[in-house]
Amino acid sequence: MSLFEVKNLRKNFGGLAVTDDVSLSLQKGDRIALIGPNGAGKTTFVNLVTGHLKPLSGTVHLDGQNVTKASPTQRVKQGLVRSFQVTRLFSEMTPEEHVALAILQRLGRSGHLFTNFKTMPEVVEEIGSILALLGLGGIARTPVAEIAYGQQRLLEIALAMALRPKVLLLDEPAAGVPSSDTVLIERALAQLPPGLAVLMIEHDMDFVFRFAQRVVVLAAGAIIFDGTPAEVGKDARVREAYLGSYADDRSVA
Amino acid sequence: MSETTLNPSASTPLWRRSVTRDLVAVLILAAVAVALFFLFPSNLALLTRIVAMMLLVLSLDLVTGYSGVATLGHATLFGAGAYAAGIVAAKFGITDPLLMLAVGALAGAAAGAISSLVILRGHGLSQLVLSIAVVSLAHEAANKLSGWTGGSDGLSGISPSALFGMFRFDLFGRTAFIMSVVLLLVVFVVLRIIVRSPFGMLCRGIKQDPVRIRAMGAPVYFTLVKMYAIAGAVAGLGGALSAIATKVVGLDSLSFTLSAEALVMLVLGGTGKLFGALVGTLVFVWFEDRVSAINPFHWLTIVGCLLVAVVLFAPKGLTGAAEAIWKRMRGARS
Repeated sequence: MSLFEVKNLRKNFGGLAVTDDVSLSLQKGDRIALIGPNGAGKTTFVNLVTGHLKPLSGTVHLDGQNVTKASPTQRVKQGLVRSFQVTRLFSEMTPEEHVALAILQRLGRSGHLFTNFKTMPEVVEEIGSILALLGLGGIARTPVAEIAYGQQRLLEIALAMALRPKVLLLDEPAAGVPSSDTVLIERALAQLPPGLAVLMIEHDMDFVFRFAQRVVVLAAGAIIFDGTPAEVGKDARVREAYLGSYADDRSVA
Repeated sequence: MSETTLNPSASTPLWRRSVTRDLVAVLILAAVAVALFFLFPSNLALLTRIVAMMLLVLSLDLVTGYSGVATLGHATLFGAGAYAAGIVAAKFGITDPLLMLAVGALAGAAAGAISSLVILRGHGLSQLVLSIAVVSLAHEAANKLSGWTGGSDGLSGISPSALFGMFRFDLFGRTAFIMSVVLLLVVFVVLRIIVRSPFGMLCRGIKQDPVRIRAMGAPVYFTLVKMYAIAGAVAGLGGALSAIATKVVGLDSLSFTLSAEALVMLVLGGTGKLFGALVGTLVFVWFEDRVSAINPFHWLTIVGCLLVAVVLFAPKGLTGAAEAIWKRMRGARS
């Protein structure tokens, strides 16, 4: 049994099949990249597996349990965590508070009324170690609105780590980061626990080739390729999907 | 990027610092209350009314300032507390002031939890409209149930017994004022603890990005209902206090006007800060009182102008403006 298994997932918007019989499985420690041209259905796929959209048919299993009908928050509690393509942080809070909130939530203490994370040594220690690991220790108490965008992206990863997921969906972790700083994101991703299964959506091919052991290509809602990074460039269907059928027709004519 | 780690021993003083700050805040409030007590011995009834209002505005700050819920119906919770405390005293003979406060808090919490189930269904403008609908319905219900509430004549016959069996509610309102100040200080400290707790952080997170909170696996709806119940207890205490101090409960305690006034006071003082709620209420009621004495015909116009000035020149309220000035002065010195 795989750690994370999606079987025959289908979703239509009107008459258009945006997710067309997609099956995918992740094992412990997997590093998989999901790529595809614009409109291929990558975001829909993420929304389906995280529970934000209801599939027409198909199942999602997490760690042996069927979570197809579970709510998004239930899935997070069971270990399926996502990050966002566009940074979603609390602008008035500090990185320390962000990570604290994630840890407290994981520990089931986020509803406590009369305690304070600053008096919980184990929480303070964990916050410190996560922020230090990602090089955010120096700005732990600066409001997020005042820190650099690259640091905000790193904080997104810090939040995901603080929740200690089993499966992590990274939605374009380097989106909007200047190319000189992508190395920081890459370094942060290298710090993720080895046993964690990661599915990353990304456009930057160099990044994908360095990060992923396996590449899955989605086009028009269906998986058209599943293999190693070395093979993906040679695949005729992948090239067709990226170049478009128009170019293909012309070359035939 | 420096890699300073936060170790537990470094965070303890920070936690102690917040306790020290709480103590200082309580001492300042107590000092102000003592000063007011001796400076305005003939105005204690007005001052007690201000404290009851402060509890309503603090309560509004919890749902609007800290949790981002837009509401123009917050008097519902205040009125629920006032009527509940008044009814148990006038109809059931429960006249112990502390029991009346407890009944008011419970009724306020219940009203908060129930009305939140409706109000939280909407977002933004629709949320505002729902909140107005809730307060209008509550107002109409109180009007129709005149057997219990006295309808438009108001609920009278409330005669609270002596506090702890010793301190009678005198004609000058001394007992009521002292009780109200002690109550306010207790509520203030409890709320300071709550807004810094994990739950308080969760609410602030919901205000800024509920999608991110859900992505952390935390419940948004339930958390807000819980916050509404807490806010309801605080507003209900305010209502019960006003019932004890004035010995009468009117339909105006359950009105849209009172809800809107509370929001104005909160914006004046500054949202998302407990001190803002206190300062805003004190300044608004004091200003209203002064201006209406000086010019009984155009005082509303003048109050309106003050509000326009605050919103234009100090959008973060009086406390926000004071904070900004303080920061600038410190920045200039260093």
